[in-house]
Amino acid sequence: MNLTLAEKILLNHSRIDDICPGEFIECEIDLIMVHEQLGGRIHVEFEKLGLTKVWDPEKIFFILDHWIPAPTISAAQMHQDARNFARKYQFIHNYSDQLNQGICHQVLPELGFARPGMLIVGSDSHTTTYGAFNCLSTGIGATDVSVVFATGKLWFKVPESYKIALNGEFKKGVMAKDFILQYIGDISTKGAIYKSLEFHAAESLSMDSRMTISNMAVETGAKFGIFLPDARLEKWLKFHTKESYNAMKPDENALYEKTYNYDLSEITPIVAKPSSPGNIEKIENVEGLEIDQAFLGSCTNGRMEDLRIAAKIIKGKSVNRNTRLIITPASKRIYQQAIEEGLIEIFINAGAVVTHSTCGACIGGHLGVLASDEICISSTNRNFKGRMGAPSSQVYLASPATVVASALKGKIADPREVL
Amino acid sequence: MNEIVGIAYILGDDISTDDIVPSYTLTMRDPREMAQFTLKFIDPNFSNDITGKNIIIAGENFGTGSSREEAVNVFKILGIKAIIAKSFARIYYRNLINNGIPGITLNWDETLFSSGDRIKIALHDGIISNISKKKKITFTKLPVFITCILEEGGVLKKLLKNG
Repeated sequence: MNLTLAEKILLNHSRIDDICPGEFIECEIDLIMVHEQLGGRIHVEFEKLGLTKVWDPEKIFFILDHWIPAPTISAAQMHQDARNFARKYQFIHNYSDQLNQGICHQVLPELGFARPGMLIVGSDSHTTTYGAFNCLSTGIGATDVSVVFATGKLWFKVPESYKIALNGEFKKGVMAKDFILQYIGDISTKGAIYKSLEFHAAESLSMDSRMTISNMAVETGAKFGIFLPDARLEKWLKFHTKESYNAMKPDENALYEKTYNYDLSEITPIVAKPSSPGNIEKIENVEGLEIDQAFLGSCTNGRMEDLRIAAKIIKGKSVNRNTRLIITPASKRIYQQAIEEGLIEIFINAGAVVTHSTCGACIGGHLGVLASDEICISSTNRNFKGRMGAPSSQVYLASPATVVASALKGKIADPREVL
Repeated sequence: MNEIVGIAYILGDDISTDDIVPSYTLTMRDPREMAQFTLKFIDPNFSNDITGKNIIIAGENFGTGSSREEAVNVFKILGIKAIIAKSFARIYYRNLINNGIPGITLNWDETLFSSGDRIKIALHDGIISNISKKKKITFTKLPVFITCILEEGGVLKKLLKNG
């Protein structure tokens, strides 16, 4: 056989014997993640089917994270609709009242729900994040969620795959975010529409870094962003799950539509200018631009690796008087670990606001919304017009190191100079 | 479903789902209220400008970004019957088809379409006629799998009918 990871995992979840890119197949879903969207269109669509139960309440992971705790009446209403649905259909893994859990894409793997070889879908485009754990995972809309709730199955078009070989190690001050921004810039935000990105990384690449890369794989238009399993993943799984799993590797002579090779030691700090993640620039060309706000957090970059480098840069220093720094850990566990390691105290002493874990600022929802014409440097994943607030506000995407280095100077700054 | 007749409305490249449905409108319970905010950041008057037009003709990577299906539903509420684009973002394309709205991939330029043109799409034949400009354009026909969903009026209706 000559199958890629995507082909192998899709084949494992279908009833067909052979698989070929471009064909339409039906697959059985191992797990579905839903968040606020359950209270948006999902419950409305599903009720149209007139069913009294969902296919398998054990295979649904439900958490609220975008607007928590509810900052407006309409958000509270949405949460109420979602919670009522989850109770009515007796969801087992219902975290909708545990408001301190965190952001879906961080919490789900932390609780051991993302295991190698699984096929996972979710009501959020960044569901690709679980690719870091050798899962084939992708985002879907409300109608697709309703179909999965009803049948446990979903149609897929089998994607062609791109192989991306990652060798070498990042130099000081350079992070996985810089690589993925570089890649998005290289192939453009439409460069991998409907493709599966298959990352062949060295074992030295951390799980936090892999999550950042899989998370933003979707920004190239890709359907999946999956890593091969290795000893580092095995180690991570030992700490996070007792369940068995079926780690998958591609065949040695798997057929890839394109192959890319990156030497990570050659990557330098990258910033994506408004209003596209593909609008990249080397830090040297945007350095010095004055900022109003710096945001560190989100499902892309709110993990320990991100908080540690931030603390290293900011320890004993102060955020610039004309800039505000907001830090949002990606989950309760990360928040707690950051407290234990003394990072939160460093942030607070430096003048940062540390918030509870939520998607809040990233979507312009709450806890860091931008006013007209304000400029924010952000560790998040999207900088579309109005993404974090007013339509004339501007978001520059960057690594956690660049975000915090910029907060210190009050303008976009090169983290290599402050480390 | 084979023949769709309507008036064109032109949009550019990289229209994101954040553009179509800004995040701050996502918690609105009434979809018709939400539809009033469609593409607000791109064209504050869009929900009025689109009146009387029902075929969107867009550039590359249409619907890039989030999985929010509201970005299809608001167009449905505004009476959009089909979307033609140079390319579609993956989740958006699925959401369109699942909701029974044809998405046609076509590489076009300004000589072929302008806003206000009268358009006829023959879905099964793979032909778009620009009646105003007296031009016929062929496109790659949609796979049978996709047209079957469209014929039923969307994937939920298909599921209700066939189980």
